[in-house]
Amino acid sequence: MPAKRKPKLAVWKFASCDGCQLSLLDCEDELLAVTDKVAIAYFPEASRASVKGPYQISLVEGSITTRHDAERIQKIRKVSKLLITIGACATSGGIQALRNFKDVKEFVSLVYASPQYIETLDKSTSIASHVPVDYELHGCPINKMQLLEVISAYLYGRKPNVPPHSVCIDCKQRGTVCVMVAQGIPCLGPVTHTGCGAICPSYNRGCYGCYGPMETPNTASLSAWLNRLGVKEEGIVRAFRSFYAYSEPFRKESELHEKQDD
Amino acid sequence: MKNKTIKVACLSRVEGEGALSVKIKDNKVVDVKLKIFEPPRFFEAFLRGRAYSEAPDITARICGICPVAYQMSAVHAMEDALGVTISSQVRALRRLMYCGEWIESHALHVYMLHAPDFLGYPDAIQMAKDHAPIVKRGLQLKKAGNEIVTLLGGREIHPINVRVGGFYKTPTKQEFAPLAEKLKWARDAALETVRWTSTLTFPDFEQDYEFVALRHPDEYAFNEGRIVSNRGMDIPLCEYENHFTEEHVQHSNALHSKTKEGGAYFVGPLARYNLNFDKLPAPAQEAAQAAGLSAVCRNPFKSIIVRSVETLYACDEALRIINEYERPEEPSSPVQPRASTGYGCTEAPRGILYHRYQLDGNGSILSAKIVPPTSQNQKTIENDLLNFIPKYLDIPEEKLVLSCEQAIRNYDPCISCATHFLKLHIERE
Ligand code: SF4
Repeated sequence: MPAKRKPKLAVWKFASCDGCQLSLLDCEDELLAVTDKVAIAYFPEASRASVKGPYQISLVEGSITTRHDAERIQKIRKVSKLLITIGACATSGGIQALRNFKDVKEFVSLVYASPQYIETLDKSTSIASHVPVDYELHGCPINKMQLLEVISAYLYGRKPNVPPHSVCIDCKQRGTVCVMVAQGIPCLGPVTHTGCGAICPSYNRGCYGCYGPMETPNTASLSAWLNRLGVKEEGIVRAFRSFYAYSEPFRKESELHEKQDD
Repeated sequence: MKNKTIKVACLSRVEGEGALSVKIKDNKVVDVKLKIFEPPRFFEAFLRGRAYSEAPDITARICGICPVAYQMSAVHAMEDALGVTISSQVRALRRLMYCGEWIESHALHVYMLHAPDFLGYPDAIQMAKDHAPIVKRGLQLKKAGNEIVTLLGGREIHPINVRVGGFYKTPTKQEFAPLAEKLKWARDAALETVRWTSTLTFPDFEQDYEFVALRHPDEYAFNEGRIVSNRGMDIPLCEYENHFTEEHVQHSNALHSKTKEGGAYFVGPLARYNLNFDKLPAPAQEAAQAAGLSAVCRNPFKSIIVRSVETLYACDEALRIINEYERPEEPSSPVQPRASTGYGCTEAPRGILYHRYQLDGNGSILSAKIVPPTSQNQKTIENDLLNFIPKYLDIPEEKLVLSCEQAIRNYDPCISCATHFLKLHIERE
């Protein structure tokens, strides 16, 4: 297939750690095959060359934290046929959304000697809160195999096969004994979206929710369980306030426990 | 073409977002600004109030390319604060994990980000059209590094198995067997990488830098040591802030580091190599010498060879650790919170990464300070461009821009880290 006929893929970055886009370069065995099927038209982390849009698929990493970025995402939406957000930052604001619970001005002056040079919004927000998004892939970081699945599904016009259940199901499937039941280790697995492959429990540690909330999570019931295992209210707040702090279910649950402290 | 502004609006093949602007007046370079506009993410601010135990997983998210470095500096700082001693096998496993990150990060930079500059391609994918076996070798080498991190850490990006005191779970000796086979291939591929990078063409450009790196009496330093320089500095980690300062300049969202005397300094592979050449084992020293390097290298463009030498070393060191490994009885040491301050500094692939935390009696973080390698190199990168560009003012603009970008990529700058950074802009007046 001649290069210009291949569908064009673009990779965009907002406030993030680059980990999710690195997942694409981490497909060491598949990368060259992928580039046989799609033209990497814009991917500054990997290439100097850039081809003009419109793009068939835009992968967007990172959250919106500046006015300039809020404008930039609008332009990207206009030149993208399909816009897919990758990772916790892009889908929920990421770890940097911890600012949303505090006064950002105080944050700026804590880190920078001359706060007047820093331009930032008070909140770190998801891409979907600014523009329509065609598909959201979760994880901090995303799973590279799921990324390949999503790209190939869209290339062939089918729905991506990315299950929505909780991490608990994965533990059962891989035969990991429940760390919460057997060892009393606090675990966010019951409310967390699958995708990582339930890694933490297989390493004797509780899930810490880096794939965000599953569909309709029972966060109240999990909080009660955490409580029984001796996790204090501020511990519950911290547990829900990490990489998906500003996703609605986790945000609401953390706010409930914050209030009870007063 | 006496007066001019050269701009690179979006630097590519660096991790994160930045730009470069160069002002030329009467055929003299009058100003170079490396701009970092990656938006700030305020890690040091929101770490306040978090538990000491959360620092490794939270700070990992500063950088997806070198999360192990963040986790290592964080755990060492916390262990320093809390008076925790780790077992010798935990120490060895941490070193092994760092070998994995060095191999992965160096292979990514050498093959995917830097080599295309030397060979005249926009990226490694285009380069693969003419040099498929080379690019494939680079990808497999990178993969070998990632496999170490995945076995020890659970996954390559933001590993989950590192904790203050040690690991959540340690692997059995048998689990290492398939990895060891892969690493035997990787060490030969790394040796070939040293040979191949030495055949590239390098601009004649040597500078008198102040190199800064960790130094350890018994080994090529990763996790522990004193901070030393070629200008006589030799200090313990806790004195870092007495010798280096961070300056907030208007054109950048990353803080610029300088020595207290106001000088620029150089961290990363070249600094480590120059300060610790004597600690490299014979095979790495011999490979470097066969590639035409002496014990001191002052040409930053040759950092691509030095990265390859370090990759070879990391493969050999990983194999050594795996050979000698005995599974420790306990995966981690007990940790008791107490009010204290701790310091951590480890050798990230791009250079020293400094962490300091102050904790209260419950182990909650009162303050945090993190200085990544790229902010330390920023001033040196600007100086390099000031000194490099005048020699090439007569070459076509397009080529000059490319050479400037290449000079920046010598440092493998990680902009995401530096803002906890790049676009080129050359202005001729
Ligand atoms: S979601 Fe996590 S891994 Fe992905 S870019 Fe954000 S911080 Fe990095």
